[in-house]
Amino acid sequence: MAQAIADPAPSTRPPDALRRSLGSALLYGLGFAILVWSYQGADIRPMALFADAGNMATFAAEFFPPDFAQWRYYISEILITLQIAVWGTFLAIIFAIPFGLMAAENLSPLWLRQPVRRLMDSFRAINEMVFAMLFVVAVGLGPFAGVLAIFVHTTGILAKLFSEAVEAIDPRPVEGIRATGANVLEEILYGVIPQVIPLWVSYSLYRFESNVRSATVVGMVGAGGIGVVLWEVIRGFYFAQTCAVMLMIIVTVSLLDMLSSWLRRRFL
Amino acid sequence: MTHWAVEVRNLSKTFGGGRKALDGVSITVAAGEMVALIGASGSGKSTLLRHLSGLVAGDRRAGAGAIKIGGAAVQANGRLSADVRRIRGDVGFVFQQFNLVNRLTVITNVLIGTLGRLPLWRTLLFRFPETERRRAIAALQRVGIADWAFQRAATLSGGQQQRAAIARAMVQGAKLVLADEPIASLDPEAARRVMESLAELNRGDGVTVIVSLHQVQFAMRYCPRTIALRSGQVVFDGPSAALTPQKLAELYGAEAEELLLGEAPTPAKTSPRGTIGFPRPVEALAIAAAG
Ligand SMILES: Nc1ncnc2c1ncn2[C@@H]1O[C@H](COP(=O)(O)OP(=O)(O)O)[C@@H](O)[C@H]1O
Ligand SMILES: [Mg+2]
Repeated sequence: MAQAIADPAPSTRPPDALRRSLGSALLYGLGFAILVWSYQGADIRPMALFADAGNMATFAAEFFPPDFAQWRYYISEILITLQIAVWGTFLAIIFAIPFGLMAAENLSPLWLRQPVRRLMDSFRAINEMVFAMLFVVAVGLGPFAGVLAIFVHTTGILAKLFSEAVEAIDPRPVEGIRATGANVLEEILYGVIPQVIPLWVSYSLYRFESNVRSATVVGMVGAGGIGVVLWEVIRGFYFAQTCAVMLMIIVTVSLLDMLSSWLRRRFL
Repeated sequence: MTHWAVEVRNLSKTFGGGRKALDGVSITVAAGEMVALIGASGSGKSTLLRHLSGLVAGDRRAGAGAIKIGGAAVQANGRLSADVRRIRGDVGFVFQQFNLVNRLTVITNVLIGTLGRLPLWRTLLFRFPETERRRAIAALQRVGIADWAFQRAATLSGGQQQRAAIARAMVQGAKLVLADEPIASLDPEAARRVMESLAELNRGDGVTVIVSLHQVQFAMRYCPRTIALRSGQVVFDGPSAALTPQKLAELYGAEAEELLLGEAPTPAKTSPRGTIGFPRPVEALAIAAAG
């Protein structure tokens, strides 16, 4: 090996190296072109951050000190946000189990797998916020709309993750169960589920974490919880209260992240 | 019993690429026999046993072969019978490895043998009757691993896992047990114990046993009769005692050595965790985060 490197022979690059470096130059060029093209549409104006530096400073100053006068109210709304996340995630898990099994290549026939996958794709493609706005119209303002929004979107995500876990199982113990005369349901329950359960639990907990964050946001379109409060204080220019709410959200989300990653570690 | 326990007539199986894994195999095994199935690797032993349990269907054409167990058709001309599941309930299967679900306890793995006959509401709720649980413990005692009953299957050694699979066949009440190289990856002492458990099942319960083996010594020691395969064809069917080294050389030529010496235990096929694998936690989180 060492000799091959020291060898002064000219063939240190494969013959098609030129073609390949040309290709990557084109790729870089394309990436650069996209950035330039998007610059205007995205209205990038870095100077705006500095032009009104004085205004920015006053604006920032208004956030401090945070105003915790209404902390009881904030906490009760944060609890509602958590409850939205709990139910949205719970319903999603319940539905993602059958959908995930039906979307798995090694369990499900094509005619069933394909439509289920497409349905899950569409659940995933549409953001919680969009679902939230739709459900606010359908079931009225309030936490239930938030629950439904999170439920539908998360079902799409978990079903995909669940089915990928199922596709990675060891098929041999499952065949051992089939050989005893068990039916398909029993094969899944005794052969598949025990193999995927650690991953499923871990995915579900992880989704719960991010659903707590989503639940604060869906509140901003009227789907209940602390998001509604946040939207009101921002819109009313109550920046000291905005700061207090944001701090409380940060603390809550961090605590839950810690709790859930601790739980996840126990299952993996 | 008046009918044959196992009857295979003219069975052929061609896998993709036109390679014949089984080529006109016809055998009959009487109830209560203990028969060895020998042959070099690739000779079709696993394929034949998997056909017997209806896990694979033979070639799909008229006259491509039929299998009956206990008088009932398992498959014919490449089509599985409608009640193949009921027949499987009477047939225990011990694979070379990986019979058990690692994360379930040993006793639950053994109780899986009862799934075929318990009502669905019980099995879906993991509610096994007390009598079945007692049978499971008794079976584990017979194969000598009752002390491990409430541990996860993953904690057993290879030989213990094989014996747990035999205990499952006992609890299943199998009338026929198919064992596919059950001792291939075991050390001699563990191999001996597994063979003893199979022999005990055969002698004690009158269960018909067909066991594929890599090493002819084990066939001669435990099985009165041997069926030998080469390239998917039956090349010998008779008393194991007739399998002298000369006879083997005549049947297999240079391959005979593999059967006689028992080449170094075949390495287990790469564990699927190594090849397919679970998404690692980091990847998994990246997927979960997207969306
Ligand atoms: N699923 C399969 N697909 C393609 N070829 C297979 C498959 N299973 C077995 N074979 C081939 O069939 C032949 C017999 O294999 P097998 O029954 O596993 O032999 P043995 O168990 O005696 O080692 C081999 O050539 C093997 O490559
Ligand atoms: Mg084999």
